[in-house]
Amino acid sequence: MTDLIRALRSPVADQGTGYVTTGMPVSRIDGRDKVTGQAHYAADLDDADMLYGVVVNSNICKGRITDFVLGPALSVPGVIDIITHTNRPKIRSFDLFYKDMTAPGGSPFRPLYDDKILYSGQPVALVLAQTFEAARHAASLVEVHADIEEYETDLKSNLRHSREPGNTRGGSPPPREKGSADEAYAQAAFKIDAEYDNAAEHHNPMELFATTVIRGDDGHLMIYDKTQSSQNSRWYVSRVFGLSSDKVTVRNPYVGGAFGAGLRPQYQLPLAVMAALKLKRSVKVVMTRQQMFGIGHRPETVQTVKLAADQDGTLKAIIHKAITTTSRFEEYVETVVNWSGQLYACDNIKLAYELVSLDQSSPMNMRAPGAAQGVHALEVAMDELAYQLRMDPLAFRLKNYADIDPSTSLPYSTKELRACYQQGAARFGWQNRPLEPRSMREGNELIGYGMATGIWDAMQLFARVSAVLHADGHLVVSSAASDIGTGTYTAMAMIAATSMGLPLEKVIFQLGDSTLPTAPVEGGSSHVTTIGSAVQGACEKLQKHLFKLAKKMPESRFAKATFKQVEFADGSMRIRGKADTTVTLTEIMSAVGETRIEEKYLMLPSLIKQHKYQRATHSAVFCEVRVDETFGTVRVTRVVSAVAAGQIINTNTARSQIAGGVIWGISQALLEESCIDHKLGRLMNHSFAEYHIAVNADIHDIDVIFVEEDDRIVSRLGAKGVGEIGLIGVAAAISNAIFHATGRRLRSLPMRPEKVMLPDPM
Amino acid sequence: MNSFSFSAPEDVAEALRQVGIGIPGETKFIAGGTNLIDLMKEHVETPVSLVDISQLPLSLIEPSSIGGLLIGAMVRNADTAYHPLVRQHYPLLSHAILSGASAQIRNMASNGGNLLQRTRCVYFYDVAVPCNKRRPGSGCPAIAGLNRQHAILGTSEMCIATHPSDMCVALAALQAIVHVRSVNGSRQIAFSDFHRLPGDRPDMDTSLAEGELITHIELPPAQQFVNHCTYLKLRDRASYAFALVSVAVALDIADDGSINEARIALGGVAHKPWRLPEAEALLAGELPTSAAFVRVADYLLKDAQGQGNNNFKLSMAHRAIIRALELAAASSCRQADVAGVVT
Repeated sequence: MTDLIRALRSPVADQGTGYVTTGMPVSRIDGRDKVTGQAHYAADLDDADMLYGVVVNSNICKGRITDFVLGPALSVPGVIDIITHTNRPKIRSFDLFYKDMTAPGGSPFRPLYDDKILYSGQPVALVLAQTFEAARHAASLVEVHADIEEYETDLKSNLRHSREPGNTRGGSPPPREKGSADEAYAQAAFKIDAEYDNAAEHHNPMELFATTVIRGDDGHLMIYDKTQSSQNSRWYVSRVFGLSSDKVTVRNPYVGGAFGAGLRPQYQLPLAVMAALKLKRSVKVVMTRQQMFGIGHRPETVQTVKLAADQDGTLKAIIHKAITTTSRFEEYVETVVNWSGQLYACDNIKLAYELVSLDQSSPMNMRAPGAAQGVHALEVAMDELAYQLRMDPLAFRLKNYADIDPSTSLPYSTKELRACYQQGAARFGWQNRPLEPRSMREGNELIGYGMATGIWDAMQLFARVSAVLHADGHLVVSSAASDIGTGTYTAMAMIAATSMGLPLEKVIFQLGDSTLPTAPVEGGSSHVTTIGSAVQGACEKLQKHLFKLAKKMPESRFAKATFKQVEFADGSMRIRGKADTTVTLTEIMSAVGETRIEEKYLMLPSLIKQHKYQRATHSAVFCEVRVDETFGTVRVTRVVSAVAAGQIINTNTARSQIAGGVIWGISQALLEESCIDHKLGRLMNHSFAEYHIAVNADIHDIDVIFVEEDDRIVSRLGAKGVGEIGLIGVAAAISNAIFHATGRRLRSLPMRPEKVMLPDPM
Repeated sequence: MNSFSFSAPEDVAEALRQVGIGIPGETKFIAGGTNLIDLMKEHVETPVSLVDISQLPLSLIEPSSIGGLLIGAMVRNADTAYHPLVRQHYPLLSHAILSGASAQIRNMASNGGNLLQRTRCVYFYDVAVPCNKRRPGSGCPAIAGLNRQHAILGTSEMCIATHPSDMCVALAALQAIVHVRSVNGSRQIAFSDFHRLPGDRPDMDTSLAEGELITHIELPPAQQFVNHCTYLKLRDRASYAFALVSVAVALDIADDGSINEARIALGGVAHKPWRLPEAEALLAGELPTSAAFVRVADYLLKDAQGQGNNNFKLSMAHRAIIRALELAAASSCRQADVAGVVT
């Protein structure tokens, strides 16, 4: 039996919310708890006698630690211990034990394992004190002496070392060449050949990475961790420290954003556990914002795209190559170029993806990993070719619309991209757009309209869900899922309430505990298709269970009915069209003397069915920019994002997902860049004052359209997921709009003023 | 952040006495704390004791005896910007303040503290790396490093940092006077002498002596500029970003349309707000024409030098000077954020 874990404080909709169904706009049921401080995040938990850990990081990029000077730090009042690789408790040495569920190929970083420094910002010591303030001060006094070795952190000066990945775990290798791309390119009448580059970015969710380990008297560790999967963190801790699963529970009931940074355990988790084991105390470790710039990131990417077309705009060749970075110790791969084989009908497609190993931390999946860079390059290149053809960029895309997937020749499970183009263009007012660049101006600003296409995989993973209906009519649905701010609590409660015909406030969806039924790591826009389908499956089993019980009721009105004839609504079951058969769920349970009934559901994707189709979400992004070309300042004044992502469960939170993705796209296009000083081998703009993200004043009108789509191949809900698609294509649309405004083609992100401004006359 | 002692005296003499008995260099005044606390968290500043001056009676904005304004050092930036006398008589200052930081920071930050805020150079902010301003003699990785934000004027081989304030750019143009007090008495410092160029002592941002406290900022009468002034700020995003380049312009235009007097100060380009009276003099008696503005921009930037990443600032500054002069000449005072977008 899966019981309600009260400590999780799972949110419940307000009394009186009543009956809602999927597809409606519903405010987050955890919203009130979040804005009133009732939602407890990983660092919010406390225990009597807690120790506070502050991490000391390496200032150098590469080398070996020769010595620590710890005296001054140890003499700070309140300091209990300083853990380094020289005095840490025993941890596993075999690197396989450090592979979390989403680890790429290679050998994972082992914190405080030995004297090796692999990248600037690597943790090298943990200072533990009775107060956070004492620990923080002492940490600043720790001196680390090291022999420095030569290092390389610059992708652009190391492109000659690029190579095909040795291991593609975590990404898909580019498909084999289709047709003869080079030949077709050579023969075509219209072609472009250009280089594109994308700066590295850091996730920086608002909530800092944090772990609170609460040690029980029996040695059990209750760990509150910021993660996109409590079970991944639990698995990692068990394996690194050799602790059986009953000795460790991990919880993440609230996560303040993650964007992929929480797909893997971050170093504060093993460090906090290490200290709790060594000192037999409860321990809390919270990263600083500066330290948040020392962990995984979107890798810097350099790309070349060649496109060729006939006179009439028929695409003849697509050649796309990307080079990204990985660390020296792991083979981080992501899918950058494959999208270029999936968007447009073309007989000749050649795609390549290579890596350069550098002395940096391993990159990590960051919202729309790979597509954020790859689709940017492709979609700017498409705009360039459209202009060479003197074709409207949207007309050029429609001319090459793919009705089957060009890379696999499979049909799409669903693909309403054409509707995205049409509805998006209509809402934006694309039809009035003059083709000629520099044709719109107001005051000192040139105005430009740009558009781009977006694509992301529609994925489904496996999961288990338990659903328990209680005699008082409330339903507890459980899975070790995560809500990283996307609205999982609300969406799952809506799915369960819709299935069972219960008011929303009668449903508790509990997530965020590693002991709950198995759920995948929350990532890749797959939680709704996966957990949501499992929730619906469990509820359907509950319905059948109730139906059977109802048949056993004295003088049952369902004795001769079949399950297909009944419906669940208004807290009741009834034969469809026969109101007089209505019986409440609580009446059924009390009539047969049940206090609770539980059903479990295992959601396994139907691979045989799914693999007959290409499954993807699509979008069309239209935007207006206003550029003062004297200074290169760009304002993105209007964005319309039309999305085809199957059935939308909660139009409120889904819209927020898309709008958030658009905002990040504006940020990616104009602002974000993790700047490394390659002489020092160190990222230098490690604060929100210097690493710029878009602020409110940068954001103007954002209009989100969900086009009608229903995909029962991707999921039984008809849904596809909306986490990533909102970001994809935005940067390209902005770049294309800047071209339309100014006549200058920008292929390098971010498009800061110095890249946009009118060059001085030679 | 290190441990420190803290006191909050209620009169100026007591505050000065407390700083006087502290360890030199290790005792600091704290007002809004919007910069010092950040620097303490990053271990850039490690004072042993803090003397909180927010209780001192320096929170008034009053007319001065010669028809200007006397602004208390403890008046908050936001209260200064929105003060009726400032808005009416010194709109340039109001606009410059409001283009800086965020509403929250402006609500906390004091005027005295604004003058003393330290550079945003990323190397200065990271104690893991060398910096001549933070650790004299350790070197300057910004030279030939990441220097997109850095100075193009008045640099030295020791330091290419910029002063980050917007407010100070307007104060420079308005020829403000900084009133300071110490246990040895009071003195007044012309604004152009308040901030230093880095030279071989980049650790010294200002000419303030140890133990001196800013008590007031005096604004001379400036009614002649009220109808023709502009603060133009160019930055990466529309709010909460330091200037890549900013320009404060105040013009006194005669009835015949010629310029009696011009004031031009630049931000984001040097270790201090940048003014060249000789450049301003080029406009005296001239009509506000593009040709005249180009000559001034040329002159102001004649010694400017890019550092690599910031080469774009040369043309950005040149264009900004011209645009700001055009805007100021054209109509009444304004705050131009991105060009053409006037708020």
